[in-house]
Amino acid sequence: MSDNVGIVIVSHSADVARGTADMVRQMVGDEVPLAWCGGDPGGGLGTNVESILKAIDSAWSERGVAILVDLGGAETNSEMAIEMQPAERQGRIVVCNAPIVEGAVMAATEASGGATLDQVKRTAEELSPG
Amino acid sequence: MSNEAAGQVLLTHAVGLHARPSVKLTKLAKTFHSSIRLAANPEGPWIDAKSIVKVMGAKLPQGSRLHFHAEGADAPEAVAALIGLVNRDFDEAPADAANG
Repeated sequence: MSDNVGIVIVSHSADVARGTADMVRQMVGDEVPLAWCGGDPGGGLGTNVESILKAIDSAWSERGVAILVDLGGAETNSEMAIEMQPAERQGRIVVCNAPIVEGAVMAATEASGGATLDQVKRTAEELSPG
Repeated sequence: MSNEAAGQVLLTHAVGLHARPSVKLTKLAKTFHSSIRLAANPEGPWIDAKSIVKVMGAKLPQGSRLHFHAEGADAPEAVAALIGLVNRDFDEAPADAANG
């Protein structure tokens, strides 16, 4: 179990999600639990709650999980996935209001130093134009 | 505990303090307990060397002189380690550095 906050990347495109995860791994490293999901099973664009739930399980950390999303359904499906979590995980998963690629790198950099979930979220969101 | 340390180093990295070098510098800074500030000019503005958003946002170019100022129990070690990282060109191979 990692001592660092985990990062989940949710995009409509599997390529975008995978590429964003690659950037996090190469730029930040392996010390942050990381999972991604994107696209529909047929190879098209889309997001679904089931794959987000799996990604959260895969990146789960007792310190919490920060989710980076792209557009519309990625956010609403992520929120639905958060609501479906068991009681002991409630309050420890958040969706960051930040651009997906830049936000994921910023959030992971912050998380790698052992920051709290709130600090990780604030770092990702600090990037957005105020 | 008011242990202070300061130092400076020339940024020779090909593309300056951009994405990957910023991440490395911030991660290293976070391993120290001291508060660490960074500036391209001794008169400031000083930024928090542990803030990835501020370090990357400063967009310091090649040829900048990085000034570090640390305050805390491990301040001298922090400044020495950060100067070492910059001097080693962020431990990147030259080909990587050229790609930013």
